Amino acid sequence: MAIIQRSAFVALACAFALSFIALPALANDTLTLKEAWTRATPPGATNGGGFLMITNTGDEADRLTGGSVSGVGKVEIHTMVMDGDVMKMRELPDGLEVPAGETVTLKPGGDHVMFMQLEKPFEEGQMLDVTLTFEKAGDMSTMFMVQPVGATEPKHMHGSN
Amino acid sequence: MTTLSAVRYALWALLAGVVIGVTAAALGLFPGAQKGTVSGTATLGAPFTLTAMTGEPYSWEPATGAPHAIFFGFTFCPDVCPTTLYEMTTWLDRLGSDGESIKALFISVDPERDTPEKLANYLSAFDDRIIGLTGSREDIDKVAGDFRIYHKRVELDDGDYTMDHTASVLLFKPDGSFFGTIAYGEDAETAVDKLRRLARS
Repeated sequence: MAIIQRSAFVALACAFALSFIALPALANDTLTLKEAWTRATPPGATNGGGFLMITNTGDEADRLTGGSVSGVGKVEIHTMVMDGDVMKMRELPDGLEVPAGETVTLKPGGDHVMFMQLEKPFEEGQMLDVTLTFEKAGDMSTMFMVQPVGATEPKHMHGSN
Repeated sequence: MTTLSAVRYALWALLAGVVIGVTAAALGLFPGAQKGTVSGTATLGAPFTLTAMTGEPYSWEPATGAPHAIFFGFTFCPDVCPTTLYEMTTWLDRLGSDGESIKALFISVDPERDTPEKLANYLSAFDDRIIGLTGSREDIDKVAGDFRIYHKRVELDDGDYTMDHTASVLLFKPDGSFFGTIAYGEDAETAVDKLRRLARS
């Protein structure tokens, strides 16, 4: 019993200590953001889609509602659906729910962070410091890595490719 | 018993009707189906003149003598359009000399924002065989209608808007007849194979 208590204490202490270390995947108490990426935009393009994985380890659902990033006029949460062979893009006015205990993946062809009114194109290899806003967790920062124009997935986020 | 028999007769009659109907439809409405070609080929696409990204008029008519890959989109599109353009670039690249005869036309469904200059700038990121076309709203609507391309302006907040549109790539043989489509998200191998067969058609 004493051992269990001590282990629990050590684990808690470690978690507490870790929470002060800056990790590439940023986490607060309940939400973890990882593999955030976007694509290089063609010249003159004013929009870009951002993608990432959001894990909610808490007991309550949260909701991604928007965000901000320097050089981008506005950030909204959008979804894209194929209705037969017709592409439709819509804003999710109430944001995107991240259910308790689940991981939500924003990816091409589906839900995405919509970067609008870009002041200049996103360039491959660039890192964007994005603040995402959650209903309960508040503002969280994470780096979005700019992948090539046609990328369909985040390649080697931490590798040298 | 009588009721059951009646029901049985009714069902047989219904089945016969369905069989006759389907047969009639297959023979009458889709004569092409018997020859293994796609139905309605004669009515897909019509001659048009739009403005190329160079600012010059660009005309297309069936039987141009070149195989064509025609698709519709807009430069404010964050996902499908750059993806399709990128994929088209890689497909053409993979075809190498096999694909040299293919002409790829990217027609804007958002001519209000997509000026020839904007298209030229945007498309400079992709294969230079892809020709961007724009025009008046009236002309674009006519062309999209002729190619049975759905497109609709959808308002976002703050005066922004997006365009719903058919995302498929339409393929035409050198004689102008419809060859088939490449759907959004279609497997690269299949797409390259279709383009290779199109180039040889």
